[in-house]
Amino acid sequence: MAQMTMIQAINDAMRQELKRDEKVLIFGEDVGKNGGVFRATENLQAEFGEDRVFDTPLAESGIGGLAIGLALEGFRPVPEIQFFGFVYEVMDSIAGQMARYRFRTGGSYKMPITFRSPFGGGVHTPEMHADSLEGLMAQTPGLRVVIPSTPYDAKGLLISAIRSDDPVIFLEHMKLYRSFRQEVPEGDYTVEIGKADIKREGKDISIISYGAMVHESLKAAEELEKEGYSAEVVDLRTVSPLDVDTIVASVEKTNRAIVVQEAQRVAGVAANVVAEINERAILSLEAPVLRVTAPDTVYPFSQAESVWIPNYKDIIETAKKVLTF
Amino acid sequence: MASKTNNIVVDLAKQLDVVDKEFQTLQILNEEGEIVNQDAVPDLTDEQLQELMRRMVYTRILDQRSISLNRQGRLGFYAPTAGQEASQIASHFALEKEDFILPGYRDVPQIIWHGLPLHQAFLWSRGHFQGIQIPEDLHILPPQIIIGAQYVQTAGVALGIKKNGKKSVAITYTGDGGTSQGDFYEGINFAGAYQVPAIFIVQNNQFAISTPREKQTAARTLAQKAVAAGIPGIQVDGMDPLAVYAAVKEARERAINGEGPTLIETLTYRYGPHTMSGDDPTRYRTKELDSEWEKKDPLVRFRKYLENKGIWNEEMEEKVIEQAKEDIKEAIKKADAAPKQKVTDLISIMNVELPSNLKEQYEIYKEKESK
Repeated sequence: MAQMTMIQAINDAMRQELKRDEKVLIFGEDVGKNGGVFRATENLQAEFGEDRVFDTPLAESGIGGLAIGLALEGFRPVPEIQFFGFVYEVMDSIAGQMARYRFRTGGSYKMPITFRSPFGGGVHTPEMHADSLEGLMAQTPGLRVVIPSTPYDAKGLLISAIRSDDPVIFLEHMKLYRSFRQEVPEGDYTVEIGKADIKREGKDISIISYGAMVHESLKAAEELEKEGYSAEVVDLRTVSPLDVDTIVASVEKTNRAIVVQEAQRVAGVAANVVAEINERAILSLEAPVLRVTAPDTVYPFSQAESVWIPNYKDIIETAKKVLTF
Repeated sequence: MASKTNNIVVDLAKQLDVVDKEFQTLQILNEEGEIVNQDAVPDLTDEQLQELMRRMVYTRILDQRSISLNRQGRLGFYAPTAGQEASQIASHFALEKEDFILPGYRDVPQIIWHGLPLHQAFLWSRGHFQGIQIPEDLHILPPQIIIGAQYVQTAGVALGIKKNGKKSVAITYTGDGGTSQGDFYEGINFAGAYQVPAIFIVQNNQFAISTPREKQTAARTLAQKAVAAGIPGIQVDGMDPLAVYAAVKEARERAINGEGPTLIETLTYRYGPHTMSGDDPTRYRTKELDSEWEKKDPLVRFRKYLENKGIWNEEMEEKVIEQAKEDIKEAIKKADAAPKQKVTDLISIMNVELPSNLKEQYEIYKEKESK
């Protein structure tokens, strides 16, 4: 096994799938010779040729249309949106077109497309680069929305996404790209889409999270342990559909929960998790389920990031409210 | 130092003139049914000419019957087609079975002539999911609702055709209003950048619902928008079936030969409203304009042309009309017999593999539907 960063694991997943299935195509802005602005596609064009890995004109909606058309001709497109803040430009292709085509054709056509895109705060990007827009995707019927928090999960989930015959939005938190390494198996393996993972076992409270916030949650759990609280950290990994079985099982064990997301508060993934817990496990709860989120403003690029983005201290504070309710 | 003014670097007005002059309207058959451009007459046999006429007459009847079925509440969404037969049917007539059609919402006739059974077209109009379950060897998409989305997808389908090494084309349709969309430009630009086998048709029927063509753009023709994408564009008389056929035929040959995409603007007119959902064209069009365009009618001129050639007569036309009416009656009967659409049907066609939330919701609706 090799030690890999998340960006290396993502690159390796695409290499495995390009090798395995000649219908897999990788394209987007600067993904060819340049290997992507984060080097996610580094060396892939050199290895597999310009026919399989290619640059597109600078137009996100065009990239979306290209992916749909190629899928209709039997390909398995893996387009990259350079930063997920640019998704508004391709929203019709994703939500109005790709997500609906199977329905729109009465089940005749499939859309085996994986949109990859970096997102997330804390790395001092310009405006419209860091926003957490997974809620928009999660609210779109027909899409699966995946957000890995570790190199191992990233590779296994991306391979699953590329092999899926349904469209997947695969969001990569920029702060996690190179923040740590992990043992990642060589060759191919899959991590099932739609399955959460217990990243740390505990018995007093469930901290349910995804993406970069998983690591803040783990840090919070360590601190809480020093104070005698045993926190379980649930990594959703897929934010749509939610793995309600794992969420409910954890809450039934701990009887208390908080949900942590980097995104703003309104109508987000965390709200959905709270609703599922209320509907399925209310009688197991000893306290209300609280959320830790960003405030409902636009992302404060380069300024006030450190306060705006929830951190482990915010998580500890909210966890204690629930633990001492 | 005195600053110089009025330095002319480029004669900007002349630049526009040069482009404008390159985009003249191609016409082969005039309003009287006379050949005006002998060199451009497409190579069609008498049988092919008769078949093209038959399809245009049939489509006109289908339009009339669809409008009355809609008024009786027996059809759902319907966008009338009368007036656009040359643009729609003659362009389709230049295609082959293996070509992939990405239609706009008014382009139902083309996908019917490509092979979509009539009763399915009626079911699509009613919003029934069986309406656009696409038969195995039929290369079409359902009519697009979002103006321009089909243009970017066409670039993708055509790139796929090229990568698969097939000898076919992707063809798409939008209207004059559609050329103002960003997707229109992104579609032709991607197709040009990748030199893919695509044909982009703009049926310029003069109005985008109520907004007249001249309010869409300062460009004198819509065809010249191709120049910015580095692909050829041509404006044709869209009421002239021979001109439309010839332009599409040539575009298809170029595409098949690896010479890239073509943009074709057809000058046409819809006699009816935008759709049957409450549009009243008298609010934005004059009777004079209507009758000016009706004089250019594609069926009238093509009928004259074929009658002069001695290969068409009233009896033949009556036969087509009867056949159309009979087919429509049968198709409506068949559409009426389709099973009532259930929520469980809709859930099961959302994905190839149902996600957990939909699996759960499927059971809930199955229970509701069993009561």
